[in-house]
Amino acid sequence: MTGRVHSIQSLGALDGPGIRFVVFMQGCPLRCGCCHNPDTWDFSGGTKYAPQDIISKAVRYKEYFGAEGGITVSGGEPLCQPEFVRELFELCHGEGINTCLDTSGYILNDSIKELLKVTDRVLLDIKYTDSEQYKNHVGCELEKVIDFLGYLNSQKIPVTLRQVIIPTLNDDEESILKLKEIKNKYTCIDKTELLAFKKICQVKYDKMGIEFPFADIPSPDKETMTRLEKLLFN
Amino acid sequence: MKHNNWNGFKAGVWQDEINVRDFIQQNYKEYCGDDQFLAKATARTEGLNKKLQSLFALERQFGGVLDIDTATVSSLTSYSPGYIDKENEIIVGIQTNRPLKRGVNPFGGMRMVRQACEAYGYKLGRKVEEEFKFRTTHNDGVFRAYTDEMRQARKCHVITGLPDAYGRGRIIGDYRRVALYGVDKLIEEKKKDKKELADGTFNTEMIRLDEELFQQIAFLGYMKEMAAMYGFDISQPAGNAREAIQWTYFAYLAAIKEQNGAAMSLGRVSTFFDIYIERDIANGILTEEGAQELFDDFVMKLRVARHLRTPEYNELFGGDPMWITEAVGGMGEDGRTLVTKSSYRVLNTLYTLGSSPEPNLTVLWSNSLPENFKKFCAKVSKDTDSIQYENDDIMRPIYGDDYAIACCVSAMKVGKQMQFFGARCNLAKLLLIAINGGFDTTSGIHIGPQMPVMDGEKLDYDEVMKRFEIYISWLSNLYVNTMNIIHYMHDKYAYEKTQMALHDTKVGRFMAFGIAGLSVVADSLSAIKFAKVKPIMNENGFIVDFDTQGDFPKYGNDDDRVDLIAKDMAHRMITELRKTPAYRNAEHTLSVLTITSNVMYGKNTGATPDGRKASAPFAPGANPMHNREENGALASLNSVAKISYDDCRDGVSNTFSITPDALGRSDDERVTNLVSILDGYFAKKAHHINVNVLNRETLMKAYEDPEAYPNLTIRVSGYAVNFNKLSREQQREVISRTFHEAM
Repeated sequence: MTGRVHSIQSLGALDGPGIRFVVFMQGCPLRCGCCHNPDTWDFSGGTKYAPQDIISKAVRYKEYFGAEGGITVSGGEPLCQPEFVRELFELCHGEGINTCLDTSGYILNDSIKELLKVTDRVLLDIKYTDSEQYKNHVGCELEKVIDFLGYLNSQKIPVTLRQVIIPTLNDDEESILKLKEIKNKYTCIDKTELLAFKKICQVKYDKMGIEFPFADIPSPDKETMTRLEKLLFN
Repeated sequence: MKHNNWNGFKAGVWQDEINVRDFIQQNYKEYCGDDQFLAKATARTEGLNKKLQSLFALERQFGGVLDIDTATVSSLTSYSPGYIDKENEIIVGIQTNRPLKRGVNPFGGMRMVRQACEAYGYKLGRKVEEEFKFRTTHNDGVFRAYTDEMRQARKCHVITGLPDAYGRGRIIGDYRRVALYGVDKLIEEKKKDKKELADGTFNTEMIRLDEELFQQIAFLGYMKEMAAMYGFDISQPAGNAREAIQWTYFAYLAAIKEQNGAAMSLGRVSTFFDIYIERDIANGILTEEGAQELFDDFVMKLRVARHLRTPEYNELFGGDPMWITEAVGGMGEDGRTLVTKSSYRVLNTLYTLGSSPEPNLTVLWSNSLPENFKKFCAKVSKDTDSIQYENDDIMRPIYGDDYAIACCVSAMKVGKQMQFFGARCNLAKLLLIAINGGFDTTSGIHIGPQMPVMDGEKLDYDEVMKRFEIYISWLSNLYVNTMNIIHYMHDKYAYEKTQMALHDTKVGRFMAFGIAGLSVVADSLSAIKFAKVKPIMNENGFIVDFDTQGDFPKYGNDDDRVDLIAKDMAHRMITELRKTPAYRNAEHTLSVLTITSNVMYGKNTGATPDGRKASAPFAPGANPMHNREENGALASLNSVAKISYDDCRDGVSNTFSITPDALGRSDDERVTNLVSILDGYFAKKAHHINVNVLNRETLMKAYEDPEAYPNLTIRVSGYAVNFNKLSREQQREVISRTFHEAM
């Protein structure tokens, strides 16, 4: 079996606990306006790898993982290649490597449920807490993500809930309070992170000759981030 | 032997023989707690530091050199006592009679001294000129003996930076001995050693040693005189912490007054001092605040240490460094950590006094270090970019647990081993010379075995390697012989009397060779092996460029196909070097370290098959070439970790720069993640790493507006520099390096 992989980053310090070996899968059905990896959208792109190819690379970094680190599969949307990721995660567990899945949580089916059995943590990017906005800026239903979260909760899989803060779209109090509600409702969520919307990906859009939908939206300032975090955590 | 000043110390063999290690082992108290006990700077420290900062500002305004005493030859007692602020200093003594005033030291060579004076608008004093008319300097001696080929190799820059015109340095006196035993006891022991020689056969080596011992004894006497000028009697052991630091500092000061060696390292003093500090605290005569003050004052002295250098020298070793390297932490052979509260205190000076390149604080990292200490180090790195790390777990089995680091990465047992410093050869240039059959296109010099130029449509890997081997073998022999002359002459005309007096009489010697351009060579050979490299000739039929078609594995991506080429090159080099015996039976060692000379080496090297343009800088040390890393930071670290320490016992230097944002989301995460990176890298048996946690933008701003960033410190190859003291060219090169950024 092979999977389509966009790229590999040997040092990931931002996607999951500790030091992570990050595999970016190729292909994503969503079209988020804030997406910073538009080059991972195309399902026919990337390089084909067998799970064994990836694990043989990942084990070279075991010494760096410490108590918390491990592998993170991101994307693209890893849920679109569940069999590949499942097999990779099984190999990881064979090597004693912690597994983390970075996803939008937009799909749930039987093979994904199998994948979740070997997933130690899910980084769930919730994007928006308002159905209307989710529809407008992602292109699908928020309810699917909530269902996914419900399933994780039932399976007691630890979740890091993440939201990219995009000024004018989800940086208002109401939006954060909704996020807080979700955070408190699901006991599987043991960590929540607000990430500042960044625009360093503009070059990728330019290179691909497509429009960056949020090009005109500014990055949130530090004060806003601190204020929202206060609101969320207090 | 007993002494009142040793009251309260645990007995041991250290009382009957010169054995500082045993004293430490019997008496030190390991510390595994956190940094909460540390004290802040006192008002006195802050006042003195302020004065220092204004002196540094003045020095910058004067173009980097505040003042030169051109009339006096630097030695232990040749200047009247100098102070920064006599009333407020706890530890005293500076190199000349005024802070930042530089002395002249012509024993290495007159030309360098003359040029250095002239570069800053001075003229070397007539008296000094007259006096040295009738003296042979180290430089005179070397050039009397150099062969034509050695001169050519130097001229075409295939071997560069040789210590043939200035002090060789890289020798660490065991300065602690003066504090523990007092000078009188050290003189007595040396006299005994000298007497014992009388029973042997007087061959060349014995006669040389006999005369050296005479000089060592004489200079121990001058050291006492020097201290007496400051009002201290150091003939007896130090009686308290302040004295222990003062005595040790006097010994170091004597060394830097006598010698202008490139690297004048300190050794491993913090844990030694800690024993005295703990005793004083237990006796109620010292507080934590007082202990920190002692370290602060000592470190301020180290921060004003200077040597006079020429602009050409600065091109090799940018930033006016002294390499006052202090090894901190590490583990003991018995499994206890050598981390004490004073390991924290010395690192804390980067907060109490602000970040600074000197002293060159070097953490000996072990997987077994206390977690609290690991975290503290990571925090200091993140906040100050001023420390480097070296792998105690691979050095301790070789050097025991009382070794220190000379310069950047050169390990040696304190007081028991020394090295003959040998700069480095340019391996990338050698490859080009080999391909051109013994012709260096940048200098136009024919050198080495003469053969036909390797022409044709495509360079063949096996043929190139066969050819390269011949030239490696030729250069290795020439390099060892050149070094033998240099160190013979240095011993003869500029022997380190003070420093060697603080070594055992029977001393172990290393001869340290070096290579520059390892990543360029690895990638070039990889290109020849895996892509198609077509040589491009000039009108005279020499290869001056390459047309490289197709992709090839590049060093820095954890790809064995090329990483093992790099590893193999280091192995071949040291194997060839060992074939020519070294002066005084020294053991050959090899380093992959460039200091800032990677810029200069690049400037003097033509285009290479890896696609590097003529004159473009090399990567520093063992670093992969800039921006060729495609799989992130750890892949790059893994590549470097493959270079074997067994081949490169003089160190493998790696400089790692990462933006704060890429290291974690919070300060706590950044600290924990940096600890994981260091643990992982060293578990891979890597040797050394410089850590910078900073944004490229900060450097660019400092490049545009130096005055706004007077104290910006960054780690470069094996040491730290004040960014503003680098040349514009060196600054640009640092900015262009790979910064590992968040995706």
